[in-house]
Amino acid sequence: MKDLRNIALFVLLVACVPWLSSSGVVLNFTMTALYACLLAQAWNVLGGFGGQFSFGHALFFGTGAYVQAIAQMQWGLNAWLALPLAMAFAAAVGAFVGAVSFRYGLKGSYFALVTLAFAEVFRIVATSVPFTGAGVGLMLPLRESTTNMQFGSRAGFVWLMLGLVTLALLITAWLRHSRFGACLQAVRDNEDAARAVGVNPFRVKLVATILSGGLMGAAGAFYVQVFQYIDPGIAYGPHTSVEALVGAIVGGMGTLWGPVLGALGLHILADLTRNLFGQLPGINMVIYGSVLVLIVMFLPRGIAGLGAFTPQQWLRSLSAKERS
Amino acid sequence: MLDFSILFPSVLNGITTGAVYALIALGLTLIYGVLHIINFAHGAALMVALYGVYMLKQHWGIDPYMALVVVVPAMFALGYALQRGIINRASHGKDENILLVTLGLSIVLENLALLLFKSDTRTIDTAYTLSTVEIGPAFIALPKLVAFAGALVTAAMLLLIVKKTDLGRAIRAVAKEKQGARLMGIDVDHVYAMCFGLGLACLGAAACFLMPAYYVNPTVGSGFVLVAFTIVVLGGMGSFAGALLGGLLIGVVESLGGLYLGESLGQVGIFLIFILVLLLRPQGLFGAKA
Repeated sequence: MKDLRNIALFVLLVACVPWLSSSGVVLNFTMTALYACLLAQAWNVLGGFGGQFSFGHALFFGTGAYVQAIAQMQWGLNAWLALPLAMAFAAAVGAFVGAVSFRYGLKGSYFALVTLAFAEVFRIVATSVPFTGAGVGLMLPLRESTTNMQFGSRAGFVWLMLGLVTLALLITAWLRHSRFGACLQAVRDNEDAARAVGVNPFRVKLVATILSGGLMGAAGAFYVQVFQYIDPGIAYGPHTSVEALVGAIVGGMGTLWGPVLGALGLHILADLTRNLFGQLPGINMVIYGSVLVLIVMFLPRGIAGLGAFTPQQWLRSLSAKERS
Repeated sequence: MLDFSILFPSVLNGITTGAVYALIALGLTLIYGVLHIINFAHGAALMVALYGVYMLKQHWGIDPYMALVVVVPAMFALGYALQRGIINRASHGKDENILLVTLGLSIVLENLALLLFKSDTRTIDTAYTLSTVEIGPAFIALPKLVAFAGALVTAAMLLLIVKKTDLGRAIRAVAKEKQGARLMGIDVDHVYAMCFGLGLACLGAAACFLMPAYYVNPTVGSGFVLVAFTIVVLGGMGSFAGALLGGLLIGVVESLGGLYLGESLGQVGIFLIFILVLLLRPQGLFGAKA
């Protein structure tokens, strides 16, 4: 109940932003920050609550993006119908990858590698087949109207993204309080013990992958609607996978607000460096990588883990780790 | 299509590339076999070494093969420092953390290279870059032949170090039983760092042999890293012989795949092998059951 109240508060606050300010900078920042939140939350469902670290979440992102574009351009579907379809396809890819990986008991580093390999396979295939526009990519024609999900101002995109983030928050809250969520966390913490008390680890992890993939697919569909362009490198390249994973880990895995905090923090950091150094290629990723290393080194529980501690306790826990 | 005069050069080409792959995979498998960690930054480290060779040639005119004496020790030092200074500290004893830290390192290294060198693809010119040698019906580039021989020699040296020296004995002891080795007075952290250093030194050698016939750009490593993982998984994690044979095999598969399916789809063959082996035979073709 407390979670639901907090989510409602968050939604109300963010939903007001377009009314308070019509400045393009503010709206753009809100939109891209929410987008980063969605990526991190999608990863968190599988990585944080399920303990399965995927290095290839772009697999679902890219699939969602391509389905969103192809459904409109080649199947003549409306964008609002294409969105659930894109999510369904991404979830289906999740089901496939999850089923083969978990069926054969892949975990830890092996799961990370296999997801990365799948993303690479999809990237190469997308570069080679005609219906994805091959290396050239797909350009969504500009038809500005709300019925085409191409809003005249950024405000429409902010509200759409807020809707998707809310969906992700609700799913996360459900994972925290439901029987299924308890099973998933039990499998993360100790798979053998979970199995011994009657949890089916395969089924639980599979469902988590499907949910995570579907949310990631929504992010991909959103990307296509905003930028109206997708190519194999953007869709399946490592950048999106990294952004999703770093946001969730920096914020705190397996928490409700951690990924939101992490994505927001990283986003502000990236914006600040852009103002300081200008548009240098790669500077964003240097920061993401460094923050990832530093967080794993000093704050393994992420920013959200800080709240649970007083500073003295935190220092003590650090020195305890040094000794062990 | 099965014409010998087409097939033979292709296989030969695959074997020479495969030898360099094997060298890269040897470093990876050594690190995995002893530290039981997957070094995700392996490709990025190779990229750093390639830039090192490139800079030495462009600024001081040092021949890539002469650069071995500089690049190999430098990469060893880098590996030692990374393991002791960052990876070991950040691990908190958990494998997932190491995976994340090495991923973070690879992101930082790749994008620092992008900042410093831009995304241009760079090559170097040497007197022998374009010279070829005739073997039967095939012509093969001289640098590739040197790379083949060099990779085998380096692999043999690595095996000698692991099998015959005191350091090698310590490495094998730590790989088998960490606590026991510590009780016998072996400095485990030092051995770990030495292993990481040796693994990266292999990359330094591979970079020197690759550069005359290859190119470097900031993302060149990510192409190699999945190939190297494929070889290590195919050969069995931690198995030296497996890495050598796996490397040659993957080189030939890539070459033949490129011949019949075209450059980009040929790569898919490698990743499919990777996924299939991981799923069906995770102990590898030559590896023993864990």
